[in-house]
Amino acid sequence: MQLIKSDINIDFLGKRKITMVFSGLLILASIIGLIIHKGPNYGIDFAGGALVQVKFNQDVSIGQVRDSLAGLNLKDLSVQDFGKADTHEFLIRTANTGSEDSGLAQAVSAAIEQGTGFTPDIRRMEMVGPQVGDDLKKQALLAIFYSLLFITIYISGRFELKWILSGVTAGAMMAVVYFLSVFNVSMPILIAGALVVSLILFWRLRLKYAMGAMIALIHDVFITVGIFCIFDMDFSLPIIAALLTIIGYSLNDTIIVFDRIRENIKGESDRTGLPDLFNQSINQTLSRTILTSVTTLIVLLALFFLGGEIIHNFAFAMIVGVVIGTYSSIFVATPIVLSASLKRMN
Amino acid sequence: MKLLTLKHGLILIVILAAIVWLLPTFTNTWPHKKINLGLDLQGGMHLVLEVQNIKAVEAELERTADEIKKELRRNNTLHQGVSRQGNILVAQLPDQASKAAFEQIISKEFSNLKVTTAAVQDGSIGFHLKLPEDEMDMIRKMATDQALETIRNRIDEFGVSEPDIRIQGKNRILLQLPGISDPDRAKDLIGKTAQLTFQLVDEDAGIDSALKGNLPVGSMLLYENRTDPATGNTTQIPHVIKKQVLLDGSLLVNARVEFDQFQQPQVGIEFNRKGAHIFDRITGENIKKRLAIILDNTVYSAPVIQDRIAGGKAVITGNFTMNEAKDLAIALRAGSLPAPVEIIEERTVGPTLGADSIRMGMISMLVGGVLILLFMTVYYRKSGLIANLALILNIILIGGGLAAFQATLTLPGIAGIILTIGMAVDANVIIFERIREELRWGKTASAAVHAGFERAALTILDANVTTLIAAIVLFQFGTGPIKGFAVTLGLGIVASLFTALVLSRSIFDLVLQKKTTSSLSI
Repeated sequence: MQLIKSDINIDFLGKRKITMVFSGLLILASIIGLIIHKGPNYGIDFAGGALVQVKFNQDVSIGQVRDSLAGLNLKDLSVQDFGKADTHEFLIRTANTGSEDSGLAQAVSAAIEQGTGFTPDIRRMEMVGPQVGDDLKKQALLAIFYSLLFITIYISGRFELKWILSGVTAGAMMAVVYFLSVFNVSMPILIAGALVVSLILFWRLRLKYAMGAMIALIHDVFITVGIFCIFDMDFSLPIIAALLTIIGYSLNDTIIVFDRIRENIKGESDRTGLPDLFNQSINQTLSRTILTSVTTLIVLLALFFLGGEIIHNFAFAMIVGVVIGTYSSIFVATPIVLSASLKRMN
Repeated sequence: MKLLTLKHGLILIVILAAIVWLLPTFTNTWPHKKINLGLDLQGGMHLVLEVQNIKAVEAELERTADEIKKELRRNNTLHQGVSRQGNILVAQLPDQASKAAFEQIISKEFSNLKVTTAAVQDGSIGFHLKLPEDEMDMIRKMATDQALETIRNRIDEFGVSEPDIRIQGKNRILLQLPGISDPDRAKDLIGKTAQLTFQLVDEDAGIDSALKGNLPVGSMLLYENRTDPATGNTTQIPHVIKKQVLLDGSLLVNARVEFDQFQQPQVGIEFNRKGAHIFDRITGENIKKRLAIILDNTVYSAPVIQDRIAGGKAVITGNFTMNEAKDLAIALRAGSLPAPVEIIEERTVGPTLGADSIRMGMISMLVGGVLILLFMTVYYRKSGLIANLALILNIILIGGGLAAFQATLTLPGIAGIILTIGMAVDANVIIFERIREELRWGKTASAAVHAGFERAALTILDANVTTLIAAIVLFQFGTGPIKGFAVTLGLGIVASLFTALVLSRSIFDLVLQKKTTSSLSI
């Protein structure tokens, strides 16, 4: 069976202006989403706070739960349905932390019992102090930074056999982070600074594959974060894990295409045929690109629909990331490498 | 035709090893190492405590201040106060003579203290004394170590199977307590400082003036919680207590639950010989006075001493429930914490949610897996079957790896396995697509297979290294559940490299060796 015909020849790169505009619009939407929501919506892992997940065997409405908790004076209290409506499961969130709430689960349980007459099953209780939340935020950003750093070293070294130059770029990224951290700059700005410097270096050092891959990665992560923001979903530790996996996955896709370009470009001295050669490479790997995305999406959809509420957001982030990652290796990473290669001709 | 080469032997050994490691999880056979389930799957409590070890430094400073005062008194040196202000000791001396005497005492008896300033103000000479930085560090570190030891003892006595308690960073303690049924009770026990002291009630001070803030020097205001047995209402009763500690819990040898004549639980304590001797002396010296039993700055009772008490036994009463009395006895036996601890992170998962998570994770894994198996068979026919075999072995390898490395399987870890199912076929897809291409270019079946594997191998390596990098970084930075995800993702990548590049290839070779035709079902 074949989904993609072997003689397929779509002119992907001929449409690169359109797809660039499309990507630009997505990024713009992400930026607007981030501005409207005043940055990512941090869950308690990063913002600090507490949550209690309760479940009833009886028919209890969300209003009853909310009313019975009113007397507890919990800061920024929110009660929401958790999972399917017929499971009578609710998530109670509050900004309260600290030792005075060490009995929060007990207090919530008692208040609900008094208010509704039913004893809830305390399924889960999480409390993250503000200090820990800050630490986790820092760690998560560091994790993203380090994976970008190592991947940068790997692609520029591996693809252009310029390990020394890739080492220079990595050193520059570290230097920027060190320099900015002296001035106590916040972590996101730190990472943005490091990324900008590395992109400039890629350009100056003519590491075009690394540049294409890096821009595609930033594109993927940024849009995934933006979509999360637009849908008002919480950022938690598993979402960071999803983002890192998306980085790995999207790069995987990009590398397959790049590998084929490298293979086809060998011995090719005439550069006027470059656009055709790039297009041909995408078409040759298209079948694999689509198939792997399909199989990955199949299992992710199974996880999304059957895996339960706790893993729901993780699966959603992965689905978004896989779709965007597949798109970006064809429509973002490759056109950038092509443009960079064509520029060098003149 | 060699059917079993060295390579085939190695493949079989790897697969067999994985099965041997994996089996105990289901059958409890040798080597008896099951896959560990994370707290999010089996239920349990994850706690991070912060030891307020600055309090241990402060306590050390207060002790030093007392000793300096005692020493000054013995030398008949006048002073206008030696007290702690934050991290330093401040001493005020009235004249040059006492200054000289003070300096001599400090250099002789307290040479570890650093004298930072000596300023003259309003005729009195002020000294600032500091503990050296490394000594403060040592006190902090010892406080954390001792807190860890104490908490471990308490948990052991409380009875938690396979607890994991370790120091995290400088002053944090991480606790993983699987299968806790009453998290609030466990938290109370762990967080209790259990600082037991015996102090006299200041009989000369009036409660009313003390409540207005007029406390005599050397006394403090503490409260007793008294519950009315009839109504259940709790009232707070103030006491003015002398600051001097006559006896503390460090000299305890035993603490156990006892019952009074109304079958109300109380905690009986027993001192060692030194403690018993001190108890004997203070009760003898203070007959008809009230002796307060104070636990963590709360007065539990303040009975009037009727007679000298020999033998070193006492009881703590306080309307305890049975569990409260039991936990207090455990805490007193295990010893007090050198500094208070604060819970800064808590994650508790109930057993019902853990079971649900396992069930849902397994269902999505099965459904996703079966869909992939079907898809591969339809798309690549017989070659698809090879990929499917590789996929199933992949999961066995991940499971065997989890058991062999004693890694922990978490809910995100299950998600990692599911993700691997989708991504692991990628290696086979890359190879198959390449073989199809080579066939189209007119190569024979065996030449196409050979070229397909040759050319795809490097691409597959390249592509997987990046995800492996992400997995390693996640493993370094992640905690608990996320680490579990990194482990299964990493294992999945390594396993899929093995199954695609080594196993699939061997099967292809075997199939092609047997065949004389050049057709290939792909």
